[in-house]
Amino acid sequence: MTSRVAATRLRAADIPYPLLVGALGALSAILFLVSLVVGYVPLDPVAAVSDIIAGRDSVGALVMVELRLPRALLGLMVGFSLGATGAALQGLLRNPLADPGVIGVSGAAALGAVIAFYSGLAGFLSIGLALGGLAGAGLATALLLLLARQGAGTTALILSGVAIGSLAGALTALALNLSPSPYAVMEVVFWLMGSLADRSLDHVLLAAPLMAVGWILLLGAGRALDGLSLGEETARSLGFDVMRLRLRIVVASAFAIGSAVAVAGAIGFVGLVVPHVLRPLVGHQPGPLVLVSGLGGAVLTLAADILVRVLPTHPELKLGVVTAIIGAPFLFSLLWRMRREMD
Amino acid sequence: MKIEALDVSVRAGGRTILEPVSLTIDRPGLVGLIGPNGAGKSTLMRVLAGLHPPDTGAVRYDGLTVDRIGRDVLGRRLAYLAQSGRLHWPLKVERVVALGRLPHRERPGPAADCDRAAIEAAMRATHISALRNRPASTLSGGERMRVLLARALAVDADVLLADEPIAALDPYHQLEVLDLLGDLAARGKTVVVVLHDLSLAYRYCDRLILMSGGRMLADDAPGAVLTDANLEQTYRVFAHRVRLAGEEHIVPWVRLGTVAPDEADQTGGTRPWKRT
Repeated sequence: MTSRVAATRLRAADIPYPLLVGALGALSAILFLVSLVVGYVPLDPVAAVSDIIAGRDSVGALVMVELRLPRALLGLMVGFSLGATGAALQGLLRNPLADPGVIGVSGAAALGAVIAFYSGLAGFLSIGLALGGLAGAGLATALLLLLARQGAGTTALILSGVAIGSLAGALTALALNLSPSPYAVMEVVFWLMGSLADRSLDHVLLAAPLMAVGWILLLGAGRALDGLSLGEETARSLGFDVMRLRLRIVVASAFAIGSAVAVAGAIGFVGLVVPHVLRPLVGHQPGPLVLVSGLGGAVLTLAADILVRVLPTHPELKLGVVTAIIGAPFLFSLLWRMRREMD
Repeated sequence: MKIEALDVSVRAGGRTILEPVSLTIDRPGLVGLIGPNGAGKSTLMRVLAGLHPPDTGAVRYDGLTVDRIGRDVLGRRLAYLAQSGRLHWPLKVERVVALGRLPHRERPGPAADCDRAAIEAAMRATHISALRNRPASTLSGGERMRVLLARALAVDADVLLADEPIAALDPYHQLEVLDLLGDLAARGKTVVVVLHDLSLAYRYCDRLILMSGGRMLADDAPGAVLTDANLEQTYRVFAHRVRLAGEEHIVPWVRLGTVAPDEADQTGGTRPWKRT
């Protein structure tokens, strides 16, 4: 009975892949434009754009280039990174509950940013926090690779990721604990909640090349992820090098997620929920899901970031808080469904 | 494709799973790999498929090692059907079968015509065309096994290594799968199959390889492998030989050790344990 219900649900939605990619792409483009228009300063977007093109230094042009454009671009980039990484990691681990946090890189990036904050690097340089985050992510990745190169299997790799993540979490808590000033603690805690506010084009330029490396590696792994649907042995018999795939996805995730956390702080649930919601629409194929989920991540992140600015709360809600509040009920419904299917 | 294993052995956890074995599979036909549980059959299959590097010795494909021939090339020329047919996502049957075309395709996307033809042929051969839109996770064990077999057939390789493909099937589908594998062999493919059913192995295979305790005990025509002595030594059973439709068949009959060997062939009852 239950399997009958599940079968109908699974069969119900199977949208042609190009259509799905086109629709999600168009939706993220629209939200990107909306993100440029929505803000605290009332502003005529058409006039601002024509000012930019004409090279006039109007207030509108300044707000557009210095504030809104970086914010919208980062929403797109961070969202894509979270969604695509989540899908690839779920495919690699063949587990719908995996999220970008499992490899520990996001925790390490947060720790790096916190250390940058306390060391004063952040006060000294506008992108100091981001640089600290990248350093943390880089160290964690090196550690993971060292383990992976010794031939550790997927389980060992993930356990190391979890260990790195919890160590980074403990050290972050230690830094907060030893903080000399409560204001500093508050500032760090707020940063850790994740936000795209007050970022500059420097942040975009810092993250873009690193994320691009991650995206290229992730999107190129689709065929192998499909092959992995029938287990590692079958994937290898189909000609895929599973160990290289593992390395590739860990490195790609580290690039994409490390730089996302470094510029935007920790934005949870996007990487977990988006692949899960979109999976039935690609017929549960892990390969095509990577691009679709990346676009879906961009849609969700941009939408949440617009919501944050539209809601009349003060201070502005943090993006990570909003995604978690939207995401947690999804997770509950997912667990509810899984529980029912296991009965 | 000629597969040559030279002195391959496998150790794991301080135990020898496979003693040095040498064998050559170089001509089309249906080769049965038989032996009791824990004999090392699956390990030998994985070694032959290039999935498990042997601790000693080497496997060569047309004279080349896995690294030399390339895993991607081997993926097109040798198909492997794993014993534990795990499916991690509820993919549609058709998509599962299509996975067999991955070695032939450079990038993901819609299947080319030759792929479509191979996928359709594999589904027809295993009689699963009607199931094509069902999520494979909702199938019965036997249906799923046939879907996974179709996946392996869709590779359209020269060599098919199938680890216990009929273990979960009812008699109708057991015969169907063996007929199918026999057909493949008759059409010039090399098929190596792990079997537990000695009657079917005897009936269908052109050649049998008998393993026991990690050792290869015999490698010959079925009649020369399934002798009374070999059956007693490896399986500890006595088998009757019967003539049906002009051909000899064997029927495993009683466990040895429960009756004296010389008494075994006298047991005429259908339920030997009920004898007084």
